[in-house]
Amino acid sequence: MAFIEKSPWIFHFDGSSCNGCDIEVLACLTPMYDVERFGVINTGNPKHSDIFLITGSINNQNKPVVEAIYNQMGDPKVVIAIGTCATSGHFFAECYNILGGVDTTIPVDVYIPGCAVRPEAIIDSVVQAMAILGEKRKKRKTNGGALPAEAGIKT
Amino acid sequence: MQNRTVIPFGPQHPVLPEPIHFDLVLEDETVVEAIPSIGFIHRGLELLCRKKPYQDMVYIAERICGICSFIHGLGYSQGVEKIMEIPIPERALYLRVFWSELSRIHSHLLWLGLTADAAGFESLFNHCWRVREYILDVIEETAGGRVIFGVCKVGGVRRDVDNDTLKRILARLEEIEADYNTIADVFKKDYTMRHRFSGVGVLSKEDAYKLGAVGPTARGSDVAQDLRKLGYAVYDELDFEPVTESDGDCYARCLVRIREVNESFQLIRQAVEKIPGGAVDLKVKGFPEGEFFSRLEQPRGEVVYYVKGNGTKFLDRFRVRTPTFANIPALVQMLGGCDLADVPVIILSIDPCISCMER
Ligand code: SF4
Repeated sequence: MAFIEKSPWIFHFDGSSCNGCDIEVLACLTPMYDVERFGVINTGNPKHSDIFLITGSINNQNKPVVEAIYNQMGDPKVVIAIGTCATSGHFFAECYNILGGVDTTIPVDVYIPGCAVRPEAIIDSVVQAMAILGEKRKKRKTNGGALPAEAGIKT
Repeated sequence: MQNRTVIPFGPQHPVLPEPIHFDLVLEDETVVEAIPSIGFIHRGLELLCRKKPYQDMVYIAERICGICSFIHGLGYSQGVEKIMEIPIPERALYLRVFWSELSRIHSHLLWLGLTADAAGFESLFNHCWRVREYILDVIEETAGGRVIFGVCKVGGVRRDVDNDTLKRILARLEEIEADYNTIADVFKKDYTMRHRFSGVGVLSKEDAYKLGAVGPTARGSDVAQDLRKLGYAVYDELDFEPVTESDGDCYARCLVRIREVNESFQLIRQAVEKIPGGAVDLKVKGFPEGEFFSRLEQPRGEVVYYVKGNGTKFLDRFRVRTPTFANIPALVQMLGGCDLADVPVIILSIDPCISCMER
């Protein structure tokens, strides 16, 4: 995998998931599935991270939190929406407090549907995200170091 | 008077897998008061009962929480079945116990892992999750899903597990339990774990009772309350006793869960030995009319389901009171007077499940 130039760090946030997808993300980090073999590591600090894993859909209460996390992350960054809740809102989209999938609030690069998502799918999405990250980084280099237009979102 | 500082804790914090927020009022390093605020993952799922037919609501109830998903589905189904007076086939009831206990084991192992992690014992965390994977394999083999089972339905269960498979699984569980016991020994004997959790976040028996604590949080303070003793499904035909500890600290709550895992293994064994033959589900006709309170024991404690039907295919009202919510007053009590560094451990010790709590 030539696109891994450095080890991307992962940041995980639970939007309004049912925990199902969350614990599968955690399971991925244990030696059984071991996403860390691709060089990624889970971190609790958005400022250190390159890949944003988000589970669950967006509601009025967590929208500012998700936006704040996204804006704190350094560029280039990649967002992965994990689970049907995060990709489209699932049947919760009909709930009065749900605005919809993650892409209603921040730009999403990789979508993985599934309820609950299987760890294998999460691993695949992280590998895809790393390729996208590599590309974004390359683009930034040819830009002369300028930030891509998508940096930061309107609030 | 010392200076007072207010420190915001959460909603996103490295030790919290889920979003919850506390304002911690500190005097030096000591917490004098903790003010919780919740609602970050409120979805408004209960109102969906007016939009989805009552049979489909089982799957929605399961998605209240991905950790005790099966028991959520069971609570809802039981409520509707009681209203409609459906006689559930015996075999289905035994299978419900089988899956309930599997989900209890997986939930407790998950919690034990997180607890080890909170104490900085990374390898123990990974061992707990390794054993949990074996349980998930059994769940996947019998139910089809890893965390969302999707097998419970109004009128029984959707899948049968034949007796040969059950026997084979029993033999496998035997090995898994032996493996688990070596891990449990670390929790019971290791100096680090004992030292980190003993005397932290003490909840007295009176407080536990008065504040309405439930589940392992109450049982760690010597309140012998276990809803399985009500005998729903077929728990009345199985032999078990509520596990209690008397110290009321984080370590006691940890020990309660450790012993409960063994008890669950033993309940599965009993259920498989006694399971009768026959059908596993019943064709359900008609619509629920009336109301029922269904109470069950989840890995985290008592969950209450209120279901009200009006004789149409949509329910009138569906309400859930989850164990984490019942444990919040007890948690606030434990946090008062503790050290700032103990806050994450104490919050973890009630096994908070925020997505259940806020639905
Ligand atoms: S996609 Fe399914 S398992 Fe994942 S958070 Fe949503 S409801 Fe839960």
